[in-house]
Amino acid sequence: MADALKTNRSILVVGGGMSGLSAAIEAAEAGFQTYIVEREPYLGGRVARMNKYFPKLCPPNCGLEINFRRIRSNPLIRFFTMAQVESIDGEPGNFDVTVRLHPRYVNEKCTGCGLCAEAATTEIPDPFNYGLSSRKSAYLPHEFAFPMRYVVAPEVVGSPEAKAIESACPYGAVDFDMQPQTFDLKVGAVIWATGWKPYDAGRISYYGFGRNRNVITNVMMERLAANSGPTGGRIARPSDGSDVKSVAFVQCAGSRDENHLPYCSGVCCLASLKQTTYLLDQDPDARATIFYIDIRALGKYEAFSNRVQEDERVTLIKGKPGEIIEDPSTGLVTVQVEDQATGKILREKFDLVVLATGMVPSTAEDPLPSRTACDENGFVLPDRAGPGIIPAGCVKKPVDVASSVQDATAAALKAIQATFRR
Amino acid sequence: MEKRIGVYICTGCGIGDALDVNALEAVAADEFSVAACRRHPFLCSDEGVSIIRRDLDQGMDTIVIAACSPRVMTDSFTFPADRVMERVNLREQVAWCHPAGEEDTRMLAEDALRMGLVKAVEMLPPDPFLADDLSRKVLVVGGGLAGMTAARETARAGYEVVLVEKEEQLGGYLKDVHKLPPVRPPYTELEDPNLDALTSEVTGDPSIRVYTGSRVASIAGAPCMFDVTIRQNGSEAMERVGAVVLAAGSVPYSPEKLDSFGFAKYPDVVTASQLEIMFKSGKVERPSNGQPVGSVAFLLCAGSRDARHLPYCSSACCVESLKQAMYFKSENPQTPVYIFYRDMRAHGTYEFLYKELQKEGVFFIRGDIEGIEDDGSGGLVVAANDVLTGSSVLTESLDLVVLANGMVPVTSFGEPFKAQSPKEGEEEAAYAPDTILVSDILNLQYRQGPELPALSHGFPDSHFICFPYESRRTGIYPAGSVRAPMDYSQAVEDATGAALKAIQCIEMLSAGKAVHPRSGDLSYPEFFMQRCTQCKRCTEECPFGAINEDEKANPLPNPTRCRRCGVCMGACPERIISFRNYSVGMIGNVIKKINVPDEYEEKPRILVLACENDAYPALDMAGIRRLSYNPWVRIIPVRCLGSMNLVWIADALSKGIDGILLLGCKHGDDYQCHFIKGSELANIRMSKIQETLNRLVLESDRVRLEQVSITDYHRLPEILDGFAARIEELGPNPYKGY
Repeated sequence: MADALKTNRSILVVGGGMSGLSAAIEAAEAGFQTYIVEREPYLGGRVARMNKYFPKLCPPNCGLEINFRRIRSNPLIRFFTMAQVESIDGEPGNFDVTVRLHPRYVNEKCTGCGLCAEAATTEIPDPFNYGLSSRKSAYLPHEFAFPMRYVVAPEVVGSPEAKAIESACPYGAVDFDMQPQTFDLKVGAVIWATGWKPYDAGRISYYGFGRNRNVITNVMMERLAANSGPTGGRIARPSDGSDVKSVAFVQCAGSRDENHLPYCSGVCCLASLKQTTYLLDQDPDARATIFYIDIRALGKYEAFSNRVQEDERVTLIKGKPGEIIEDPSTGLVTVQVEDQATGKILREKFDLVVLATGMVPSTAEDPLPSRTACDENGFVLPDRAGPGIIPAGCVKKPVDVASSVQDATAAALKAIQATFRR
Repeated sequence: MEKRIGVYICTGCGIGDALDVNALEAVAADEFSVAACRRHPFLCSDEGVSIIRRDLDQGMDTIVIAACSPRVMTDSFTFPADRVMERVNLREQVAWCHPAGEEDTRMLAEDALRMGLVKAVEMLPPDPFLADDLSRKVLVVGGGLAGMTAARETARAGYEVVLVEKEEQLGGYLKDVHKLPPVRPPYTELEDPNLDALTSEVTGDPSIRVYTGSRVASIAGAPCMFDVTIRQNGSEAMERVGAVVLAAGSVPYSPEKLDSFGFAKYPDVVTASQLEIMFKSGKVERPSNGQPVGSVAFLLCAGSRDARHLPYCSSACCVESLKQAMYFKSENPQTPVYIFYRDMRAHGTYEFLYKELQKEGVFFIRGDIEGIEDDGSGGLVVAANDVLTGSSVLTESLDLVVLANGMVPVTSFGEPFKAQSPKEGEEEAAYAPDTILVSDILNLQYRQGPELPALSHGFPDSHFICFPYESRRTGIYPAGSVRAPMDYSQAVEDATGAALKAIQCIEMLSAGKAVHPRSGDLSYPEFFMQRCTQCKRCTEECPFGAINEDEKANPLPNPTRCRRCGVCMGACPERIISFRNYSVGMIGNVIKKINVPDEYEEKPRILVLACENDAYPALDMAGIRRLSYNPWVRIIPVRCLGSMNLVWIADALSKGIDGILLLGCKHGDDYQCHFIKGSELANIRMSKIQETLNRLVLESDRVRLEQVSITDYHRLPEILDGFAARIEELGPNPYKGY
């Protein structure tokens, strides 16, 4: 233990989504100082953009609220938003980390009152809603954003609008003198929990995402169905805002496909089953069709899967659609598929098509300090991440929320162990 | 001792514009004689906070901050724990959702301040529960893969472990496992289980005490003070531990029940685990005649996903069967291998193993099994309905048929525990107690039963997606296939996470802090036993089984089992259960302090009790979105709607309040209450209100419970306005003015 006392026992968590939050909070509640470094201006990551979780159909914000309260009440947790890890040097028990902070142009004096957004005039695409809407150049990232602090987009810096935004704030919180800055952290272990991105649906050319207006992805569907989303929770056709009566869900859009993602993304089956309930709750006369290869509803999710499939408004067809074409005049989308049960070629029309795109680990684009840490799809291999660097959640494999939290809790213990020098 | 109270009113963020701050100051000064009442245009600024700090330094012991929601600006408004702080939400729940300058808005703000002040006056800083002789050891029940992993990982973090395994050898199911599915690139090569290395690490670690051939005869006490009796070879050992990891595992589903798959009828129909033993021992032979196996079929979902057997999916069998198919193909690529499946659940990178076997020429047939027959030559044929071709398929003559027969948690066996039935003259419990099966694994000395409550299909799993380790017994964390059906690598992760939770529980409780979901809460319920009538409601209703009973039915609280929800406080008809900072009397006095105008003023009053985790933030969110709703409402956040004591309703109605709205979480199968039963119990208590109202000659519509989630803020104006409209129809509470 004499050696252990000399090491740094704090833990850096890279990524403030569900895995990162959980890892940091669980470690802190075991008595360890933790730091969260999050790239976005808010904590919560992808789950903050989800409407409901399967199988309970409960809102992610409920669990986030508990986790944020755990953060607020625990002095052992510090977090940095709009921050990125620039470098990590050292060894377990003694890492030097350089963190880069991007300017938010709003400082800690912000009260969240919103006067800056009233003064802003420029509209910019809102990535939180996957581009389905725009937002002001001064904005709260989303309504449950934690921390509840506004952001000013760099696009307006130096413009007359910036002046208006600055002078609208009675608290001196808007600060255009902010520059990117770096600072150092000394930690004993690192948890890498940078999460995932949806696979770029535009690369599946025969599905026409980006060309067909009424072909969207499953993550966009989450925003369309959310009260806080671009349509206030009304699932409407992007082409003309009209009602949606029929939706096709195309499973394995890019997953289990040698030309795209060769692996199974693990959660898309359940996500689509869940999304049928969004549609049918909104419009009891609507219809949903799911085109699938296998329905992978493991463990206790079987009951949820059965419940959805028993609904006569939901049809499951085994088959992988070959082509999706939108009629420019009506906006109706035709899905062409071979029904494997009958061998027939079907051509069905829908108001909306949802592509169940899979998960790409963030580490496929932004690797760990150790270049050899990932497999060829970008998933981190725990034994290659480097001593004292512990991957958690979807950077390791595509998993659902409960499994991410479970894995993050395990990662917290591995990080605690790594802070000892043995 | 008289408290020195300081009131700090922020006039920023529109509060000063919307409200009459002079009138608020008058409430503080005239009605409460506070020591100081100050206003500031930007209270959360350094300057504003320094004003409060200066007062604290000069002996102010209680502060009331009338500003924004207590959910925000917590960094600014954090003060020493020995001082009482109450925050009055004038921003999100008054200024941002009600018209500026109106009389109703002013009255709402004044009441909000009064209510906060009553709380501040009555609250005491918590005095944490610190017991003596606390243990920091972790008990792991089960010495299989999950249990040994939990033990090893706990020890590696510097904690002592007691490991109890019922068999003479450690290893559990893994003892008979030949290879594990692939977990690293190229994800097609099987892994060695390395059981010996794990076992010797566990047995060689001086901080792990291993009891084999042993059972847990009883666990008495509470987290950090569990007294465990271990029975080994007729003798008994005692260990005091702090927390428990339950890793007792699962067993294969009984194949005797699978006669439709030909088990027992044909000796060459075996289970997956029997085949595993054959490969492990190197003797892969047909049970019927000892000849080598030249062809094989795997039947997946043998029992699983079947309402007559196991309604759930056993998660691991698809991949396990692929792995076993690989055993045959790697020994002889020419061996015909059939896999009959419904959905091939090769999730994640197991997809690569599936693809590899397709390349290897395994016949994958998606369909339901129609029959297994002896073909007369000593071989078996499997008939199935091939979903993909729509036709019946008949295999060639096969040497062996393997059933992937799924897994069943060991906690799902045993008779339901019979809770003490009501004695004569006692009333029945108001709700159905948890199902607890007497499965002889933990033998907890808990009044509600000896094991973890068995949830769906007997798994003691967490109900919460965000919190997969939340069992209903504090300090006891299930892990591995006893918690949910899972494969080997998941069990290892699960056990590691459970080890962290056990360690964390010990660290938190030994500092007097609550664990999740009120992590860090230093308060705990205290019982004023002189007035107890032994009604047993608290012991029956505690969602976590925290309260035991003596032979005279007196409650015996266990603070380290407690999660601080206050359900016991809500249940107690004698109001003897209180936290230092939250009590029946305190909330009762808050209600009594609400200003109720007489009936001629036509200003009804509506009391809203709101769950602080979901309904209260939803109310904030309504404010943030500047939604407006009826200004007659007076909101009191509660720890859980289950902490609502019926006397509050009586207090409110006799005070002349016209309606009471309870905002709690969803209950039922997909309940969202993080204290499990809080909102359900509140709903049950509501039914009793009916009687009270009838006795008072009042309409039962005056009390309503609405289930709202945190994202239901857009519904709140409709709910609140709708309720207000109904109250207006009913007319004033006739008790007004008495």
